[in-house]
Amino acid sequence: MSDDIVNIEVNGKPVEARKGQMVIEVTDGIGAYVPRFCYHEKLSVAANCRMCLVDIEGAPKPIPACAQPVNEGMKVFTKSPRAIAAQKATMEFLLINHPLDCPICDQGGECELQDLAMGYGRDVSRYNDRKRVVKDEDIGPLVSTDMTRCIHCTRCVRFGEEIQGYPQLGTMGRGENVKISTFVEQNVDHELSANIIDLCPVGALNNKPYRFSARAWEMEQRATISPHDCVGSNLYAHVLRGTVKRIVPRDNETINEAWISDRDRFSYEAIYSADRLTTPRLKDGGEWRDIEWSDALAHAAEVFTATDGDKLGFIASPAATVEDSYLLSQLAKHLGTANIDHRLNRRDISDQDIDPVFEALGCDVDEIEQQDAVLVVGSNVRNEAPIIAHRLRKAAINGAKVSFANSKEYEYFFDVADYVSGAGLVELLAGIAVAAGTKSDAVSDICSGITPDDAQQRIAASLKDSGDALILLGAIAGSHAAYSAVRALASAIADATGAKLGFITNGPNTAGAQLAGVLPHRDIGGKSGDKVGQGIAAMLDSDLDAVVLVNVEPDADIHAIPDATQKLANKKFVVALTPFVSDALLEVADLLLPIGTFAETSGTYVNVAGTWQSFNGVANPVGESRPCWKVLRVLGNLTDAEGFDYVTSEDILAEFKSVLGDVEAGSYKPGSRLARPNGEDAPADEIDTPLYSGDGLVRRATALQQTLVAKRAAGDG
Amino acid sequence: MMSRLVSYIKTFTLWELLKGLAVTQRQFFKKSLTLEYPDEKTPQSHRFRGLHALRRYPNGEERCIACKLCEAVCPALAITIESDAREDGSRRTTRYDIDLFKCIYCGFCEEACPVDAIVETRIHEYHMENAGENIMTKDKLLAVGDKFDAMISADKAADAKYR
Repeated sequence: MSDDIVNIEVNGKPVEARKGQMVIEVTDGIGAYVPRFCYHEKLSVAANCRMCLVDIEGAPKPIPACAQPVNEGMKVFTKSPRAIAAQKATMEFLLINHPLDCPICDQGGECELQDLAMGYGRDVSRYNDRKRVVKDEDIGPLVSTDMTRCIHCTRCVRFGEEIQGYPQLGTMGRGENVKISTFVEQNVDHELSANIIDLCPVGALNNKPYRFSARAWEMEQRATISPHDCVGSNLYAHVLRGTVKRIVPRDNETINEAWISDRDRFSYEAIYSADRLTTPRLKDGGEWRDIEWSDALAHAAEVFTATDGDKLGFIASPAATVEDSYLLSQLAKHLGTANIDHRLNRRDISDQDIDPVFEALGCDVDEIEQQDAVLVVGSNVRNEAPIIAHRLRKAAINGAKVSFANSKEYEYFFDVADYVSGAGLVELLAGIAVAAGTKSDAVSDICSGITPDDAQQRIAASLKDSGDALILLGAIAGSHAAYSAVRALASAIADATGAKLGFITNGPNTAGAQLAGVLPHRDIGGKSGDKVGQGIAAMLDSDLDAVVLVNVEPDADIHAIPDATQKLANKKFVVALTPFVSDALLEVADLLLPIGTFAETSGTYVNVAGTWQSFNGVANPVGESRPCWKVLRVLGNLTDAEGFDYVTSEDILAEFKSVLGDVEAGSYKPGSRLARPNGEDAPADEIDTPLYSGDGLVRRATALQQTLVAKRAAGDG
Repeated sequence: MMSRLVSYIKTFTLWELLKGLAVTQRQFFKKSLTLEYPDEKTPQSHRFRGLHALRRYPNGEERCIACKLCEAVCPALAITIESDAREDGSRRTTRYDIDLFKCIYCGFCEEACPVDAIVETRIHEYHMENAGENIMTKDKLLAVGDKFDAMISADKAADAKYR
């Protein structure tokens, strides 16, 4: 190992460095700050801003620290007169063409150029000539441009090439005329594209919905968790006087690194949408009227108590927190019903008894990129979990063979090893299973008579020959009409090839809901319950007297059942705990109780890798809305449920954790022999949810809905 | 011993009282300093810091660009600003409130302003009759600026050579 260690000296202090490290990495490691604009630890080295010039003994001139690998015996001076002079000269050149519009620039107060100009800039400019002006281009509804401010660090360009794999911005022209622009006039619309806002060291690329609405220094930064996908990206909400003004990423190397998806960043707009339900409302003789919380809760409790347990159903969203889910399952148990479910879009629940304890990824989120072969089954990963798609891309760049099996082909910006498509998932997987030489009894009927084609052979071989292999079942697979067969086949392939089997689930807290027992056939921690209740489809078809919807919009969230709205409207009493009102909710519900969005409640999400992430409420509640767990707690009190005396959500979490004990995700093992699905395996493209219509928040985020992706999904633009 | 004797004499002759009355008598015959306010007024510096105003450019466009530096610098937290993009895309305040009860008239807002929008005029004679009138809204501030534009411009011009 000693070969890998290089001894260098930084400012007279001896430092050990790894061979191949750049000087700036070493100086950052020991806290000797070197100013920089173009260097970013997640991006390649460009060395084009020249701000990080340092003095290296023996070098004829100052050298950029970001592009200089360490050598044995190197002596680096970051603060020597020569280094400082070089940095100051660079700053003077950078400021020649930078406009002095800090007072109206949204970057003002958090601007790297502004900060460094304080340290390295002159008091008064010596430049009296004309400044360069660059015309702005409209690059979409998410990112605002003021390209005159650009200092050409090319971080945004490198982000497009290296992280998105889909270069949308580039440098045009040369010398004085260079500018950052889109190649052809188009929107920047990759699902991670808005990260260029954080990367831009100046105010050239900024957050468009946030434009001019607040200043960096007056907002409070509060940590929270993304409520959109199963990854649970770490976020900071920037809050001004109790109102969320913007969302930025919170670094977490094991989950989202420094990136967040655009919907994580811009969905906060929905918190203040006109659709918010601000007071409890009751349908009285066909007319809606606002009522007091106390009356609303008493009314709901009265109906619950009067309803026979078996005539009561609970439909919860996978966006409900662990605390909400636990209280809901406890409340259902207290009211004597097992009709409780969160699997809004699972069409096939015939083999639910052999479900794993919770659907897990099979590895940590960051371990995806260390896989040698990955097969993604029935998933539009870039929509379902942009961060997982990003990790898959990194895996592919590291040399992993990433293959896809899906009825429809989606575009990926890396070398996809093989893409089998065009048929139903069962048919596609059966070929791979046969090629892998499965001996699984459960799928033997399905696989009989199947001859794998070349691509299927290659995929099976790649999984078999690789050290670490992973099979991911996505949300399209999860809502497939023959999910039991798809899952059994995926498991058979995993067994035959030695790959791990993982799931990409819907919503931020599917794992938490499964652990909390928001399932008709299971109690807490995957234990089988006293009785088996009805799943969502059965609940809608049976003659329930009362149904509770928790953060579910029947028309937009339940795709698996086409006429869910109509079926719910026929129920005697529907109470909806919801942050938003919609026409469908007004049609089906009899009582609307306003609950807070993720920003207004404290809680915990369990992500798909089984990581528990708690967060606090970051914003003031809108109107009279209350956190869901508080509403459920009072409903518990009013129906005389025992133990509903929680004061904080931490109390609930502590109790749930003690009841739960230590649980593993558990694995799925196929059960009895499955017949080949008949007619249920048609290639179904409509199962996929468009990128910006996955949940109530993104559906109401104005900027996201104005993107071309959303407009195309809506059928115009 | 001697000092004790002097003390006795001073005590019984009411010496200190006579000394004080002498001051009174001296002032009695001097020219009076009292101004007949409000008919007469003391001279004011052009830097006097009184009631706030928001200024406009000669073409009628408001100067304030909602940079919020005055809000940030205000030691009394008297200024509250909300901002947004105006229809033409420029950065403007949608709310600019100064609480005159909180304000300590330090003039920092004026110093911080990059566009000379917020100023403190020489007006110091104002009052409120109802609760809530202590809040100077954007409209009120702009109205003050419009009304006393000549005075503000003259004061700024007079101060320019010292800056």
